[in-house]
Amino acid sequence: MATNTYDAIVVGSGISGGWAAKELTEKGLKTLMLERGRNIEHIKDYVNANTAPWEFAHRGNATQQMKKDYPVIKRDYVLNETNLDYWVNEHDSPYIEKQRFDWFRGYHVGGRSLMWGRQSYRWHDTDFEANAKDGIAVDWPIRYKDLAPWYSYVERFAGISGNKDGIPILPDGDFMPPMELNVVEKDIAARIKSLYKGSRHMVIGRVANITKPHENRTNCQYRNKCWLGCPFGAYFSTQSSTLPAAMRTGNLTLRPWSIVTRVLYDKDTKLAKGVEVLDAETNKTYEYYAKVIFLNASTINTAAVLMRSANDVWPGGLGSSSGQLGHNIMDHHLNVGAWGQVDGYEDKYTYGRRANGIYIPRYRNLNGEKRDYIRGFGYQGSASRERWSRNIPELSIGAKFKDELSEPGGWSMGIGGFGEVLPYHENRMWLDKTTKDKWGLSVPVIDAVVRDNENKMRIDMMNDAAEMLEATGVKNVNSYNDTAVLGRGIHEMGTARMGRDPKTSVLNEFNQVWDAKNVYVTDGAAMTSAACQNPSLTYMALTARAADHAVSELKKMNI
Amino acid sequence: MNRREALNRVALLVGGSVIGADFFLSGCKSGSSVDTEDLFNQQTQAFLNEVADTILPRTQTPGAKDANVGNFMAVMVRDCYADDDQKVFKKGIKQLEDACDKKFKVGFMEATVEQRTQLLTDLDKEQAAYSKTKEKEAPNHYFTMVKQLTLLGYFTSEIGCTKAQRYLPVPGKYDGNYPYKKGDKAWALA
Repeated sequence: MATNTYDAIVVGSGISGGWAAKELTEKGLKTLMLERGRNIEHIKDYVNANTAPWEFAHRGNATQQMKKDYPVIKRDYVLNETNLDYWVNEHDSPYIEKQRFDWFRGYHVGGRSLMWGRQSYRWHDTDFEANAKDGIAVDWPIRYKDLAPWYSYVERFAGISGNKDGIPILPDGDFMPPMELNVVEKDIAARIKSLYKGSRHMVIGRVANITKPHENRTNCQYRNKCWLGCPFGAYFSTQSSTLPAAMRTGNLTLRPWSIVTRVLYDKDTKLAKGVEVLDAETNKTYEYYAKVIFLNASTINTAAVLMRSANDVWPGGLGSSSGQLGHNIMDHHLNVGAWGQVDGYEDKYTYGRRANGIYIPRYRNLNGEKRDYIRGFGYQGSASRERWSRNIPELSIGAKFKDELSEPGGWSMGIGGFGEVLPYHENRMWLDKTTKDKWGLSVPVIDAVVRDNENKMRIDMMNDAAEMLEATGVKNVNSYNDTAVLGRGIHEMGTARMGRDPKTSVLNEFNQVWDAKNVYVTDGAAMTSAACQNPSLTYMALTARAADHAVSELKKMNI
Repeated sequence: MNRREALNRVALLVGGSVIGADFFLSGCKSGSSVDTEDLFNQQTQAFLNEVADTILPRTQTPGAKDANVGNFMAVMVRDCYADDDQKVFKKGIKQLEDACDKKFKVGFMEATVEQRTQLLTDLDKEQAAYSKTKEKEAPNHYFTMVKQLTLLGYFTSEIGCTKAQRYLPVPGKYDGNYPYKKGDKAWALA
């Protein structure tokens, strides 16, 4: 059994799992990283990274067969021909939607770090204090000052490009040089600033694409093909960043095809002693042992692992003593915003495809404002010239039509909202007793919806978007507020929240499971509230901080 | 398309939305019952290419027939269209022939370039008017399909990307204030 023993085990290899592996190995721990899916090797396995658009038989579009095979991801832009093999096989790994929940998963080494949107924003004390001030759910056990140095630490290594905008609600970070707003965005940003007297801002997105060479990675080449996998390693992913760092230490063992079925709990020590692994290829079961375990399987699956770790002490699952495990599912609600056309700028165009857009940070319910909902939202979007897909009403078919479409059309500008979802106890998941996946494991049942606060917020999200565009001179503005579906934000969070009290939370201030202190949860499951910023940067910072704590606790023999 | 592009709903497509791209089309039932293989026979291929070439003819740059858009149309209808849309498309080929015969007393393949252009201009007006008022569940117009697929097939083809537009596989930098003068071609990718 000696070969099955490590200092640390990391379950999952996505954004937070990769960070856990890097930090633990660099601090000298022999670490085993378990990934339930196949391996994807950096560059070599990015099979479509250099495929020309015309080489795709359907030019990227989804076929009817794909829609049949992927009944969940077909619900959004996610189902496409170019990176289909990065999305989970839905037939092998089903789940049950008590209410519609769009769960977009990637089961392979790197997880969704390969396909993520890369927008990277710090939180503010407003976000950490929100639950306490509003008297809902539980208070975060940490504040901005606890995380600020760790934000800096992860930004410096991951490589976040951004501008130091000096906007209080959106703290500046340790950035690479920013990408550039285009000429239309610059003018609209200036108008927003003057119209709203500095209370609203439109800035260049802060994105995990490097803008100068960094850590053996080439800077962004402005191809905008990130989600195929980047042969330049220009965006942060496990493969481009944390995995090579962990490998360099000589302390990492990566085991793909390893489904963690449960955490092994020792009643005498009140600690976990390891995990049970089901080999996804051979269906054989193995046990691996370690002094510390990081769960980074992503929000739903991390909670599922804890639930499957039920024993006679904790019949509801490891970490279930508070009754909060699996509850408080959050996401960001979106599919609401506005777009319109911009006159002029006919002598201006863009060169290169910027894998980034604009960001309008939250401005609602700040500085004493009180809307008929709590919390707030931000917007992302961009301005661009229209392409051949535009409508030219005065031209129908023929030579003139074709030559006109071969040139760019007018400018347009669109923004879409990302709104905060509150942590409702009723929004929850559990394991179904009868439905099994391909490997015989109980599948998750998800029962979560947006509620009154989100729906009220969406009215503002739609109207404010249209109002801002119109006020800044955008013409023919159209606004939309589509049905809000949870999961669609691909920011699921909250199933094992952090807190100050073991009676009302699953994790403590350092992401340790209250009921087994050598088990750390540092993915989206840990989130106590959702804020409205894209969450991955916060997962990275929480993970690096927790890894530091774990090593220090090991040295002190506390775990 | 990525999330940012999905957020920016600026594309104003022919007929309003991309046929075949609806998220909850009935086409998710198993196996298509519509036989689309005849779309690939020589005669139909020649016909589809001539129709496409009337929409996007050869100018200073190659036309839709040069890019073999007829084949692309057949592939998309076979693989990406739901059953109902497949039926509409197949029937549309005959409707287009009949419309030509009615108007000019010749088949489309025998019609002159001027006749073809006149016919398709009229059909385009018809589809535009139909799409504007049609209920969401009502069938799509076959000429909306033909026009959409022609534009998509041509402008994403190698010829469309590299000859009709400018193709930059690795731009290497970004300039958000890049000069443009009328006549400069569009970039092939967003």
